[in-house]
Order: sequence, then C-alpha cells, then structure tokens
Amino acid sequence: MSIIAARIDDRLVHGQVVIGWGRPLEIGRIVLVDSEVAGSPFEQELYRMAVPAGIEVEFLAADTAAVRVGELADSAERVLVLTGTVQGMVHLARETPKIRAINLGGIHDGPARREYLRYVYLTPAELGDLRELAAAGVRITAQDLPTAAPIDLGTLSR
Amino acid sequence: MTGPLHGVVVCHGDVAGSLIGAAEEISGIRGVLTAVSNSGCDRGQLEDRIVTAVGDRPTVVFVDMPSGSCLFAAMRRVSPMPGAAVVTGVNLAMLLDFLFHRDMTAAEAAARAVETATRAIGVRP
Repeated sequence: MSIIAARIDDRLVHGQVVIGWGRPLEIGRIVLVDSEVAGSPFEQELYRMAVPAGIEVEFLAADTAAVRVGELADSAERVLVLTGTVQGMVHLARETPKIRAINLGGIHDGPARREYLRYVYLTPAELGDLRELAAAGVRITAQDLPTAAPIDLGTLSR
Repeated sequence: MTGPLHGVVVCHGDVAGSLIGAAEEISGIRGVLTAVSNSGCDRGQLEDRIVTAVGDRPTVVFVDMPSGSCLFAAMRRVSPMPGAAVVTGVNLAMLLDFLFHRDMTAAEAAARAVETATRAIGVRP
C-alpha cells in the first residue's frame, strides 16, 4: 500500500503539506485531485513551485482520478493524495477502495460550516458524508501536522 | 489604479503585522503598509483579503515565501493587475527602504526592494 496519506486541505499544495508532511513521511509523489487545477497550466505551475526536488507532483481531474490513484496504490512510490474539498475526497473514496484512511488537514470556515477544530469546519452534509465513509470502514482523523495527535472523526463530532 | 504607492505585506501567521509594526516604529511612517495573514482562511478567502488590501491603489505586494499559499494567492489575483507587483522574501530592510522610496512605479519599487533586501543579507565579520 503506497497511499501514505489522503488529505483534505483547501489550500492544496502548500508548506504544511510539502514540509510538514512530505519530509517526515518521505513522500515521493503528491497527487492533487482537482479538476480546476488539472485544467489550468498556470495553476499547475504555481503548485509546482511549492514542491522541492525529489517529490513529483501530478494533477488529476476528479472524474478520472480513481483509476490512476488505484495504480499508484499498487506501486512502490510513497504517495500523498490531496483534495481541496470534502466532496472531492468523498467522491474519490467511493470510487476506489484504495483510500482506506482520510486526513482532515485544513477545511476552513465557510457558509453553513460549523467549527470542530480551528482548522476543521464542516457543513452538516460534509459531516454526514464523512460519517458514512467511516461507517464503511474508512479511518477518518483530523490532524494538521504529524507532530499533532490525530483526532478520530467520532471524537471530533461528538 | 490611482494614488500614491502602497504596500501590502502577506505572510504566514502573525509575521506581516509584526514586520509592519517594526517598520512603522523605526520610520515613523504609518498608513502605507497593510498586513494580510493567511491564518484561518482557505484559498479564496486569502485571495479576497489580498484584493481588499490592495484596493485600487498602485501597490507592491510583499510576500514572505517564494512559494506557498500566500504567494499563490497573490500571483493569482495581483499579478494580472496593472499597477501592482509581487515581491517574495520580504524582510525589514526591504520594507524600510520602500517606505522612503515610493515615488516610482510598482514595478520599479519591486525591483528596488529585491536589491535592498539582497544587500541586507550576508555574513558579517
């Protein structure tokens, strides 16, 4: 299993992902699943700037990501899968059984969202979708950095 | 964009506010620099903060890191604006010089900021 982490982070590829997670977990490839970025060379160039030498970055559209993520899960590479939205990760996890754990890393305040942690805000629908995945066996935890303790979704939303 | 040249400092955490506070304390010049933090917001909200801070004035946007969320937001929204420029690697020397040399275009001020900041970095005997 080489999907080392599957993270939801609305800032996508940024310092906390690349430095905070990438280095200690020895990530070799970051896979960003985001249709807007996948369709924009300008956006891709921006995100490539954040990734140091030694880490590959790959951009996938949401509707075609599951197959590629499945391939990578069976490879020897250490892969971090990233989406900017709960909806995006839930879709991906429903499409491929290779996503067995999800990290809630940065989901900030927005319309109809409630604060669960300073870096995790969810709408009732998002929480419901995550609970559904958790009930199906996907481990869902909130953890901004590896040095912080993971907080299980059940504890978080109690 | 009209009016005198203005500066917006975009940094992680509380860095921008602290840098501006120090620059204002040293120079005595206030109201020229505006702080923007990336704390507690997503990409869109950070972009909105930057756009609001820039307004319709000629502006140099000073960003802390040469990559990351602050730079991405600035490049996405400020780079297309005529009369605005983005500089990375903000430091106190850069801001102080900017405060005293704003009678130029944003592009010229940005180039000057890079020169000033680079001169400020070194190993001293």
